[in-house]
Amino acid sequence: MAFSPLLTSLDALSFEESNNNDKRQKIENLLEAKSLIFAEPWYKTVNSLHLWNASLIDVILISSPMGIMGLPFLTRRKGFSAKIYVTLASARLGQLMMEDLVSMHAEFRQFYGSKESNFPPWLRQEELEILPSVLKEILAGKDGVELGGWMPMYSAADVKDCMLKINSLNYAQEVCYNGTVVIKAFSSGVEIGSCNWILNGPKGDIAYLSSSCFFSAHAMAFDYRSLQGTSALIYSDFSSLSDTQDIEDGDNYTDPTSDNLLPPSFQDSDGFNLNSDEDLEEKEKLVFICSCAIECVKDGGSVLIPINRLGTILQLLEEMTTLLEASAMEVPVYIISSVAEELLTWLNIIPEWLCKQRQERLFSGELLFAHVKLLKEKKIHVVPNIHSHELLKNWQEPCIVFCPHWSLRMGPVVHLLRRWCGDPKSLLILEDMVNPELALLPFKPVAMKVLQCLFPSGIGLQKVQPLLKTLQPKTVLFPEDLRLKTNFSCEKSFLVLYYTETETLKVSRQKDSSEIKIAADLASQFYWKTFKKEGINVTRLKGKLLMENGRHHLFLDNDKKASSRNSSLLRCGLVDSNKLLAALSKMGINASMEHGTDDAGPTNVRIVHTEEPYKALIEIGNTSTAITTVDDNVASILFKAIDNILDEVC
Amino acid sequence: MAIETLVLGAGQEVGKSCVVVNINGKRIMFDCGMHMGYNDHRQFPDFSLISPSGDFNDALSCIIITHFHLDHVGALAYFTEVCGYGGPVYMTYPTKALSPLMLEDYRKVMVDRRGEEELFTSDHIAECMKKVIAVDLKQTVQVDEDLEIRAYYAGHVIGAAMFYVKVGDAEMVYTGDYNMTPDRHLGAAQIDRLRLDLLITESTYATTIRDSKYAREREFLKAIHKCVSSGGKVLIPTFALGRAQDQNSGKTIGTAREMNGLYYLDGIQFGNTSFFGSNSTNSELCILLEDYWERMNLKVPIYFSAGLTIQANMYYKMLIGWTSQKIKDTYSTHNAFDFKNVHKFERSMLDAPGPCVLFATPGMISGGFSLEVFKHWAPSENNLVTLPGYCLAGTVGHKLTSGKSTNIDIDPDTQIDVRCQIHQLAFSPHTDSKGIMDLVKFLSPKHVILVHGEKPKMDSLRERIHSELEIPCYNPANNETKCSSVDTPNSTLIDRNLTPELKVEDERVADGVLVMESNKKAKIVHRDEVLIMLDKKKQEV
Ligand SMILES: [Zn+2]
Repeated sequence: MAFSPLLTSLDALSFEESNNNDKRQKIENLLEAKSLIFAEPWYKTVNSLHLWNASLIDVILISSPMGIMGLPFLTRRKGFSAKIYVTLASARLGQLMMEDLVSMHAEFRQFYGSKESNFPPWLRQEELEILPSVLKEILAGKDGVELGGWMPMYSAADVKDCMLKINSLNYAQEVCYNGTVVIKAFSSGVEIGSCNWILNGPKGDIAYLSSSCFFSAHAMAFDYRSLQGTSALIYSDFSSLSDTQDIEDGDNYTDPTSDNLLPPSFQDSDGFNLNSDEDLEEKEKLVFICSCAIECVKDGGSVLIPINRLGTILQLLEEMTTLLEASAMEVPVYIISSVAEELLTWLNIIPEWLCKQRQERLFSGELLFAHVKLLKEKKIHVVPNIHSHELLKNWQEPCIVFCPHWSLRMGPVVHLLRRWCGDPKSLLILEDMVNPELALLPFKPVAMKVLQCLFPSGIGLQKVQPLLKTLQPKTVLFPEDLRLKTNFSCEKSFLVLYYTETETLKVSRQKDSSEIKIAADLASQFYWKTFKKEGINVTRLKGKLLMENGRHHLFLDNDKKASSRNSSLLRCGLVDSNKLLAALSKMGINASMEHGTDDAGPTNVRIVHTEEPYKALIEIGNTSTAITTVDDNVASILFKAIDNILDEVC
Repeated sequence: MAIETLVLGAGQEVGKSCVVVNINGKRIMFDCGMHMGYNDHRQFPDFSLISPSGDFNDALSCIIITHFHLDHVGALAYFTEVCGYGGPVYMTYPTKALSPLMLEDYRKVMVDRRGEEELFTSDHIAECMKKVIAVDLKQTVQVDEDLEIRAYYAGHVIGAAMFYVKVGDAEMVYTGDYNMTPDRHLGAAQIDRLRLDLLITESTYATTIRDSKYAREREFLKAIHKCVSSGGKVLIPTFALGRAQDQNSGKTIGTAREMNGLYYLDGIQFGNTSFFGSNSTNSELCILLEDYWERMNLKVPIYFSAGLTIQANMYYKMLIGWTSQKIKDTYSTHNAFDFKNVHKFERSMLDAPGPCVLFATPGMISGGFSLEVFKHWAPSENNLVTLPGYCLAGTVGHKLTSGKSTNIDIDPDTQIDVRCQIHQLAFSPHTDSKGIMDLVKFLSPKHVILVHGEKPKMDSLRERIHSELEIPCYNPANNETKCSSVDTPNSTLIDRNLTPELKVEDERVADGVLVMESNKKAKIVHRDEVLIMLDKKKQEV
């Protein structure tokens, strides 16, 4: 996005698009604060989402709290009727983030008015032409096809309505869609509530592997074991797209991390690698950032931390307050957000969604997060907005502030940036910002220090292969975009297919047949026919076929109507005309073979006439026998006779 | 094939719940409780029946604990640490959080108050809890490749769960204690409609139909309100729960044990009379008052006596997701377990004027601080004393509930002229017979086994289930094994031609033929395919 914050100006990056613009060139000279769009920000959703017929979507799976942010764009459309599955924690977190975003938009509405236009002026071609190329690319995409994806912000009512349409799940809870597919979510370790999916149908199972993280400070650990042994696995962790690491790391076997990837049975219960080096590295990073912040406040400057990923914020908050306490400094920490209070309270009642270490706190009777205590001791102040009375009353500088929005285009962060951007003693901590220069454009010249930090949010290239080896899917569907970054050429244990955006990839079915469970009361009524020669037992199935929890069931059908409907029997063998004549005479029926038909000529049709006591004509062929008579009774008597000499299959 | 149920405890009785089920080759122990009524070997289930050799790791696939009451978890630390079971133990998060508190509380009573030799130590409890895997509701947990388990909300106490178990094609549910009617702070039991071969259910109230708990709670609140609004003082004697030392309840009457709302005499068991509904901690009784105070806008102070810590409260605050919808819905504005109106009581306030409500230990006014307060407050008819549903003989509480006499001898030298009002609490957390019948009917299992009840009542419930629901039902005694035959379903392959498309029920009649070829898995084929298999031609007539 290329919108300006209020009052002075400039641009924002939409959450959707920040993922895929790693290759943005240097900002041209002509790009300046006033080139940004002065309007209430719109959001860019998935390419050509607007072209889909919303009513044709059956199921939506949301894998993370962030992943829910675009959902109201879809649910508010006419005809939307899909089933949406989200973990309970993702739904709650996502809802809070959406509500916060909506509340931040109120500021824009006040300024620009709340009139909604379907086609805002900045989307017009002539307006686009005069934009600096960076902004143009943000708006239209590289080849101009992304213009259609822009949507005006949703309303609080849209969010509410969206939440009502959601089915929330616990981890590892089975839900069945339409009787046919069993859906389960397993933690992915990236964020509280984030998950991967297993879809189980009668024809095989599919794993969907979204961004997953082996190192998680709060969220429940990546449960990769539950994804093992599926017939297909969709690899959908794009976090390594921006990885600078090269392919050499990806496929060599000397990589120390791959040594850790023994079959799961050989690993400790902590799981995959829990590479302590990596843990340590993260911890060091964290300590470094926090010590910078402490230095800064010691110096009399303030620290501003835009809220991005919850996990990072919580870690920073905890580490910073610990350091502050250790250094015996009385520096206030403010959290300014319309949903912060609710969020912080909520975090302390969700032990089921947290990592082992946090859960241990529950079991030893400690609070899950330290912030509850800090709030009580007034070491942290949580206020809903920048104008709140409590904030004005307690405001004190230097201070440390956590607030939204990470785009630096709206929310309290804009006000505080304007206040401190000229102060070389103050510090801004940005997390994983794709284009910090563009982000800071509206605040230029920026004298305050800026620190960028990057915490892992995905599987990481070196671990892709060892992980997939451990998971042992039969087929892996891998993104074409990541093809060059990995090397599956010597991979023998699974098949790799590459998928691309907007192209349907057909995967052959692994299982041709599926299982059925037959009820015992029905099975006991089976009438078995044995074919000794073939060593086969055969019975006809009659019952109610049911699909339930992705499984077929056959039950005893007490409905007589249904069972009488299909009475034709399957017979096989040839009708031996001599046997038939004998059988008929036994029944007292006088019958004779028509001359010339008993030697089975080319037509292979033999004709038998009966005279006494009934008159009828029987034509015997290789695959069919026909009885012609005027009397139904006669027909059924003759039918029985023929029936007796045939092998009845079922 | 059959499911084999070995009842080690709570067979035709209440106490030491423990059932070992052999289901498709997996053996699972449901609950590992202790019997509070015995002092000898009878207090624990007879584990030797599981494995004569004592190798429990081989004999059991896992243990499942339904809730934190001692008659369900009391023998766990003993079984894992002393008997040496080292396999997995499953329970819900709240049960894992609160069970060690209960076990420690019990251990202390045994050792500190009764001077008995301890059967397990604090370290044992800690080690035991390390073996516990916490589960969330509705999670399908894969214990091993063939065994899956799932917890469902039982509504009996916080974290109480019914457990569903599936091994291959055999499926069953063990309920533990449950409550079918929602509560002020807990929801009602909830379960999916499952296709079960066996249901093992508690039957505490096998023949009782109870009036609503709401009504009883209302009565209780009204009595308190009436008292304080006319300036009276309310004494709520209560038991302590938690690790914090409780100095005020040091005395034990006779050989009785008073624990967590369960009252027992040695050798005789007085049933599972809980002091307060579905909680067994004063936290939840306090919630009831707090809620009422808010609604009625009362300003009268509520006190906790100095020795009474509400440590369990910390747990409740974090586990609020396991309480009723109402409490959950309001957590963000106010965590119901943050008691706004509760203050600490100082001894100096004993004779201070004005109304108040005081929680003090011990529960049956058997001594300690609650007796001290009682002496001061009982002579005034303005005041109110609430009592647990059952009080042991010999306690002041018992004298108050049994006789009409107004003069009570505390000791040879002290006689109290009791003029205050008395209100007996009798909330019960178990399902009544209607609830049991509803559950059995809802699940319609192939077999029912009753545990956790009194034999005559169980017998009559068994007959009802048999006659009204036409489901075979048993109530084996302890150490008895019951076999329930189970479907031997044909796990078969179905041909794709027969698969109905995305329809839950299909009207079409499929031309399916089940074929069993020697040495092969049974297979369903289209009937035309049979001929190919038989190498024969079809003959139409
Ligand atoms: Zn119980």
